[in-house]
Amino acid sequence: MASADVHPASEPARCVFLFRRHLDRIRTRAGPFTDPDSFSGEAVAGAMETMKILVIGAGGLGCELLKNLALSGFKDIHVIDMDTIDISNLNRQFLFRQSDVGSFKAEVAAKFVEKRVKGVKITPHNCRIQDFDEDFYMQFQLVVCGLDSIEARRWINATLVNMVNEDVEDSYKPLIDGGTEGFKGQARVILPTVTSCIECQLDMHAPRAAVPLCTLASIPRQPEHCIEWAHVIAWDQEKPFPSLDKDDPEHITWLYQKALLRAHEFNIPGVTYSLTQGVVKNIIPAIAATNSVIAAACCNEVFKIASNCAPFLGYPDNNYMMYSGNDSIYTYTFKHEKKDDCPVCGNLARKLDVDPTWTLRELVESFAVRPEAQLKKPSIRAQFKTLYMQSPASLEEQTRPNLDKTLTELGLTDGEEIGVTDPAFATVSFKFKLKFKQSD
Amino acid sequence: MLKIWSMKKEQQKAENAEGAAGGGKKKKVTAAQLRVQKDLSELSLGSTMKTEFPDPDDILNFVLYIEPDEGMYRGGRFSFTFNITPNFPHEPPKVQCREKIYHPNIDLEGKVCLNILREDWKPVLNLNAVIVGLQFLFLEPNASDPLNKEAAEDLRLNREGFKRNVRTAMNGGSVKGQSFEKVLK
Repeated sequence: MASADVHPASEPARCVFLFRRHLDRIRTRAGPFTDPDSFSGEAVAGAMETMKILVIGAGGLGCELLKNLALSGFKDIHVIDMDTIDISNLNRQFLFRQSDVGSFKAEVAAKFVEKRVKGVKITPHNCRIQDFDEDFYMQFQLVVCGLDSIEARRWINATLVNMVNEDVEDSYKPLIDGGTEGFKGQARVILPTVTSCIECQLDMHAPRAAVPLCTLASIPRQPEHCIEWAHVIAWDQEKPFPSLDKDDPEHITWLYQKALLRAHEFNIPGVTYSLTQGVVKNIIPAIAATNSVIAAACCNEVFKIASNCAPFLGYPDNNYMMYSGNDSIYTYTFKHEKKDDCPVCGNLARKLDVDPTWTLRELVESFAVRPEAQLKKPSIRAQFKTLYMQSPASLEEQTRPNLDKTLTELGLTDGEEIGVTDPAFATVSFKFKLKFKQSD
Repeated sequence: MLKIWSMKKEQQKAENAEGAAGGGKKKKVTAAQLRVQKDLSELSLGSTMKTEFPDPDDILNFVLYIEPDEGMYRGGRFSFTFNITPNFPHEPPKVQCREKIYHPNIDLEGKVCLNILREDWKPVLNLNAVIVGLQFLFLEPNASDPLNKEAAEDLRLNREGFKRNVRTAMNGGSVKGQSFEKVLK
């Protein structure tokens, strides 16, 4: 062994050193499953080091992901999280210490990993994902999500799908999504417009279990029913504060006391302050081990996609790995099919050549004869404007005056997207991207 | 270097897929909005129901009027606010009755006990299903899922008396010490 290969003295540095040596064994040599056409042992390390990776979320999964990615040889990582650190995070979000409580998660996590893994640059963004536009997301080669919200997942998914430009190789951003709930979790890979997307897979998220309102109102049986009653019924009746702030201890205390009274009335034991907090904020206890399993699976996929050292989840077969630790350990990996009628990836906006001096009526009528549309009763909306709705009657009446206005008068611009629906096509809707005819 | 590019090309060759328009950061139609638009354009309201959009550009917020032409609530005019969140159809629309009415499944604050608005909501359901459900509540008030316990008790024990109380309440009178809003046309 060459003299340069002497182990560094400090313990963390030695770990990183050893880790890198193992890493290079994987990424410089082809394995039995490596596709020789897309793998180049000499190029991988360099390519990975210049690759820009975006991590969304610096919480339970995010901490694991950042640590894993940094140790896997990625050097340029960005992380977005709008949240600040709460004391209850510290048991599993291991990049944070008690003195960090109140600071931004993204910032603290970035600093910690940068300090621990030399040569890694982590750029924190303490804001919402919606604060950035496509130009920002365009700079990354891969996006990894460790989110707890469906809304945020749908947003980033739609953004990445919409960014695809079939003429530009760089516009395809693989999305690796991890999620955990208690002992269960999933890791999935989405290749925008190529494979089934998060919107296609929306039914994979279990909806929040809800108790019938009448059970809450008349026959509560469990402490949770009493708390939910205080939350959805008593609060609205008495309005003790102008609006409910689930993080305000005073508000939770009010709900707790209401729930307690109701529990006494129905002779139900078990209402506590922390249960109240849990029910109202819909807290499902996070399990550190589930996070680390899922983050490892996600990072593994990122590594394989970036290096091509082994086939990855996503194409052409399996794209979804579910994990359950509820009764011993079980995983199942399968292919979630793309949905033809998916509102996000099933109908990408098609180009529609229009003349901006047309009236809306001319546009509506043109849909009936256009070979690419053939819609007899189209209803049309832009993102913030209802242009013309055939139904319901009141909306038809309100939007009818628009029919005589020109597209320009209606504020439509070149490149803008419109959504078109027609009752004859019960399961699909259409998106068109207006392409204005040059008025020369 | 990422393999996806070649995969996409492969897939296109196989399917001979029709191309989509390119990217760009122009205004986009969101999935939730497109779904609401579709649901609205498929509504079949009949003669007993009407919608009202305070802002026609905001289709996520509207009011539904129901005027039952049969049953115990015949002749009344009831209105419900619909608030649809960006999480639709993963989450059900939020629906509330604007009038204070005497009904076993609608409480005095206007909360509605309808299974598909809460525990039985599924993304395959649409706005039409919710509207049909609301209409059904006026045709068949249900004493076994009470939200207004007194009204449910009343319906169960004395159907004729309940009918009279409904008429009194709809006329703006008081029932059991509670005064109600006049909803008769």
